[in-house]
Amino acid sequence: MVEQANTPVLETQNLQKNFGGLQATRDVSIALHRNELHAVIGPNGAGKSTLVNLLAGELAPTSGHILLDGEEVTALTTWRRTRAGIARSFQRTNIFLPLSVHENVRLAAQARGSLARAVFHRASRDGTLAKAADTAIERVGLTGVRNRIAGELSHGEQRQLEIAMTLATDPKVLLLDEPLAGMGQEEGERIATLLQALARDHAVLLIEHDMDFVFKVADVLTVLVEGAVLASGTSQSVRDNAAVQFAYLGDH
Amino acid sequence: MIDVGNQTRLLPHSTAGWLALVAFAIFWAILPWFVPLYYIELGTSAMIAAMLALSMQLLVGATGLVSLGHGAFYGLAAYAVYLVSPENAAQPIWITLPIAMAVAGLAALAVGMFSLRTSGFFFLMVTLAFGQMIFFVFHDTKLGGGTDGAYLGKPLISAFGATLDLPRRQKPIGIYYVALIQLLSMYIGLAVLLRTLFGRALEGIRVNEHRMRAVGFDTFKIKLTAFTLAGALAGAAGHMWALHRGFVNPEIVGWHQSAEALLMILLGGLGSLHGPILGALALTGLSEVSQLLTERKLLVEGLVILAVVILLPKGLAGIRVRKDHAADGADHG
Repeated sequence: MVEQANTPVLETQNLQKNFGGLQATRDVSIALHRNELHAVIGPNGAGKSTLVNLLAGELAPTSGHILLDGEEVTALTTWRRTRAGIARSFQRTNIFLPLSVHENVRLAAQARGSLARAVFHRASRDGTLAKAADTAIERVGLTGVRNRIAGELSHGEQRQLEIAMTLATDPKVLLLDEPLAGMGQEEGERIATLLQALARDHAVLLIEHDMDFVFKVADVLTVLVEGAVLASGTSQSVRDNAAVQFAYLGDH
Repeated sequence: MIDVGNQTRLLPHSTAGWLALVAFAIFWAILPWFVPLYYIELGTSAMIAAMLALSMQLLVGATGLVSLGHGAFYGLAAYAVYLVSPENAAQPIWITLPIAMAVAGLAALAVGMFSLRTSGFFFLMVTLAFGQMIFFVFHDTKLGGGTDGAYLGKPLISAFGATLDLPRRQKPIGIYYVALIQLLSMYIGLAVLLRTLFGRALEGIRVNEHRMRAVGFDTFKIKLTAFTLAGALAGAAGHMWALHRGFVNPEIVGWHQSAEALLMILLGGLGSLHGPILGALALTGLSEVSQLLTERKLLVEGLVILAVVILLPKGLAGIRVRKDHAADGADHG
């Protein structure tokens, strides 16, 4: 643990993404460490979601590198990256609506297994996957609605299901794209506790709008403005940064 | 409360549903004792169509892939039977069936490698194009008798030296049962497959493929496996067609074979595995009846299909005795 403290789990080097003439991501170099909740904040259009999509493999960068445990993963497809240990949740809820909560999460847990194994195993008899799914469901606090159909859940519960599905893939890195979007105050409190717990055994990248929430839960903050890193460091140092106050926080 | 989860599954939801299927299979098995020879042969044709539609359901209903090239694998397999059958002797079924399925499966693997990189409308068009390429191989070359087609020397079913060389009046009965056994095996095999983790992965792809990739599934490989398997099963149907008719011609490779199988699935119901079987039997029966009643066969067929699609959105398989309503009534009363 100690000797790994300085090796980032996930690292970007001079990451760049251009959409035609628009530079959505400019020369971004950030590092996520184990047991650390790293929040990325920034005004609308700052390139936060683009960054998540680059890290998850949904978009290919124009230039730059993405390293997972020091190994290059820049060219890997989304599913290979998830298998390598980078799991992401979506800003707009993206789940299997007609399936039950348990089936949603079990499907996520199944992804790592081989195709040959899948062909010869009865779904209803697979205890290992069912258990893995139930562990993830319990962790996000959805045990009570385990057998409900995902499409019938409340918005907040669906956001929690998103997180359970990312957890079930057994990741090293969690990329959570606005997990609080559209949630109430009370649900927000619960998610804050959950995120802090998750940061104890994963590297967590959190994209979030709510500044109070971010300052409360984040260990490290990166401020993106127009695709570039304006400031990065501990919550306190970023809060005190004059440039940040002027460019972003001052707007409040 | 309605269990929506089961509605995404293609298998019967209750013991009563399974019993109804078994009863229907038994009825179908004793049918040859009560009907004239002509209808036995018609029943065999219907079962072969049902096998093709059933194999296609693995793509359409289970995985959400609509292909217009599926019929080509069926026709290709029928030609394979013709090509490996000698002039004057019967080729044993344990040679013809595996060859027909392997040829169709390999062709599906090759077509799937390219076509599955696209999706939706483009997938439809690419599979159509590949299917027509296979069609023109048989249409424009002398490989299988060209446009005229060709007769099999001895379209007999034989295995391990024993030949099903029945007298003229009984031969269709033998073929009928061979087709029935294959159709039942295919249904049971697919029912088992859909209950595995692989079946769940197909369901996930149908519901939300993007999410499947995001949680780490190699969806291309899973779809290619399903596409290849469906092709091989279509090959089993084509094999049976060649033995049943003893004749192959380019028409059985054409795109309308796929369209007809799709129509059967639509008629029978997208949401169940037995739907395509019901659809195939219904369409074969409908075609027969409308031919008897009128000169405008296709018009009658079209109107009936239109009526079914409008009135029964879940197809023929969606018809059931409304038990839920009775229970609701009791609650309110």
